[in-house]
Amino acid sequence: MRLTQRAVQRFWQSSSGRIGLGLAIALILLALLAPILRPYDPTTDRDYLARLTAPSTAHWFGTDALGRDVLTLVWYGVQTSLVVSMVSVGLGLIVGLLLGLVAGYFRGRIEGVIGWVTDILLAFPSILLAIAIVTVTGPSLPSVMVAVGIVQIPIFTRLTRAMVLSLKEQEFVQAVQALGAPLGHLLCHHILPASLAPIIVQASLSIGTATLEAAGLGFLGLGAQPPTPELGTMLSDAFKGGYSLTAPWTTLFPGLFITLIVLAFNLLGDGLRDGLDPRSSP
Amino acid sequence: MWLYILKRLLGLLPVLLGITLLVFCFLHLIPGDPAVVLLGERATPEQLSALRERLGLNQPLPIQYLTFLGNLLRFDLGTSIISGIPIADELKSRFPATLELSAAAILVALVLGIPAGILAAVRKNSWLDNLMMTGSLVGVSLPVYWLGLLLIYLFSVDLQWLPPSGRISVDAGFSFQPITGFYVLDALLQLDSNALKDILAHLVLPALALGTIPLAILARITRSALLETLSQDYIRTARAKGVPELWVIPRHALRNALLPVVTITGLQFGTLLGGAILTETIFSWPGIGSWIYDGIFTRDYPVVQGGVVFVAIAFVLVNLLVDISYALFDPRIQYR
Repeated sequence: MRLTQRAVQRFWQSSSGRIGLGLAIALILLALLAPILRPYDPTTDRDYLARLTAPSTAHWFGTDALGRDVLTLVWYGVQTSLVVSMVSVGLGLIVGLLLGLVAGYFRGRIEGVIGWVTDILLAFPSILLAIAIVTVTGPSLPSVMVAVGIVQIPIFTRLTRAMVLSLKEQEFVQAVQALGAPLGHLLCHHILPASLAPIIVQASLSIGTATLEAAGLGFLGLGAQPPTPELGTMLSDAFKGGYSLTAPWTTLFPGLFITLIVLAFNLLGDGLRDGLDPRSSP
Repeated sequence: MWLYILKRLLGLLPVLLGITLLVFCFLHLIPGDPAVVLLGERATPEQLSALRERLGLNQPLPIQYLTFLGNLLRFDLGTSIISGIPIADELKSRFPATLELSAAAILVALVLGIPAGILAAVRKNSWLDNLMMTGSLVGVSLPVYWLGLLLIYLFSVDLQWLPPSGRISVDAGFSFQPITGFYVLDALLQLDSNALKDILAHLVLPALALGTIPLAILARITRSALLETLSQDYIRTARAKGVPELWVIPRHALRNALLPVVTITGLQFGTLLGGAILTETIFSWPGIGSWIYDGIFTRDYPVVQGGVVFVAIAFVLVNLLVDISYALFDPRIQYR
């Protein structure tokens, strides 16, 4: 049986993986279908006479302080959260992968500098670093993506570097080197594919943490700006508006969907680890 | 051992310098003139010029950095634009609140997380194990600020069991006087049981909210560490010799399994200092986190800068202490 087939089989045997994949696909479909199936427009449909009304048949998740439909806002909020977390992790992954490859393969002074920068970035609690970056760049969704992406960089750098260091000593890499393969070919066709498994697992887990961090920035008022619907910002509006406790549906549903996104990608990450990297499974 | 600690401290110096460099750049990276950033758009040219002179903003950047470093060593972090209070004074008065909350959160995590992990490992693959592990997975996926709001709604608004915010009731009528800033300790020192009850009641909800993620992580780590230890030969030998299971787990297995738990607890403690920003905001807890939050909103950049550098350095030092304690606890680690 081929390696990939075995990995797929192991993944399907993992209940975490199956539930996580199902949940992630459902949330992604929800986000993609938001513009087609939306019951209301998230930015223009406001019913000022129906402000802060409890869940009903007309508004399944109730309405907020501006009379907007909470279901529609959550729906679009899921879309925003998924886009932000995926772009951030993509950014962190690409930069971290490149830095890790360079540090692990070339070693020496360049490894020292990359290690130093990585240590500094890891010295900050992640949400604090993200706050500092967004305070400098100004509150907006692209700023959040960059901030959360930068927070992810050292994680991928360290992981890739460790993988490259161990792979460099493997016989197949030495054989390719002895055959005179160019450096780019060696890195892209041999070292990178062999180190992908733990990186894919980490990427899935990172989407979960990135979602939490991005929503946390939104909650602090540093994320999406009105009228863009975002889950953390919805919680922040309810909290700062003073109606989070009198109209609990305005906080219950956004928080629930943040949890579902994080849970989906954590479960998926566990399943991917069972499939791709069974030795490190707990 | 002392050589090991000295080496770790020396190894930390470049990281600490990097942190200060990054935080120094913070003010200069904000678009616009730092003096305008600090005083606001309405400042007069005279005020701007006086501030530039006072803070040395008209000096070359390397000189400014060295001045910043020198001030930092003297714990002079400037003053708040809004309140005019020195940042260092605010940090001194607020740090005990954050530390007390973080310690309470870690206590919640330890008291609930370790037994949960042990139960899950002892009953591996049972419904109890599945329940504990599903619970821990949900626990690490919860946004603390949302959990905080839910806890307030349930326990403060609906059931009215616990206060929703603050550290102590303002109009409770007891004569509590803060001494150290750690209110629980202060109430104990003053033998004031009414104040102690009130302070603990205020501490429960924020500690639960902040402690949920470390709780979930500790439960998972305890379970996997205990399972690994239980599969070792010496455990099999103990069981073969007829040592009762109730003795094998705490006496033989748990002692070794708890080593990674100690490390994770320490690392989580550092992370809590950062996580406190969101929890303190929800519960109006007068610590460093809610202060940084207010600083962000009022664009009080010296506050954000001072808070960030302080928490980052505290985070690094806590992690160093964890490393050292790990080496102390585990004799297999060599001090190289």
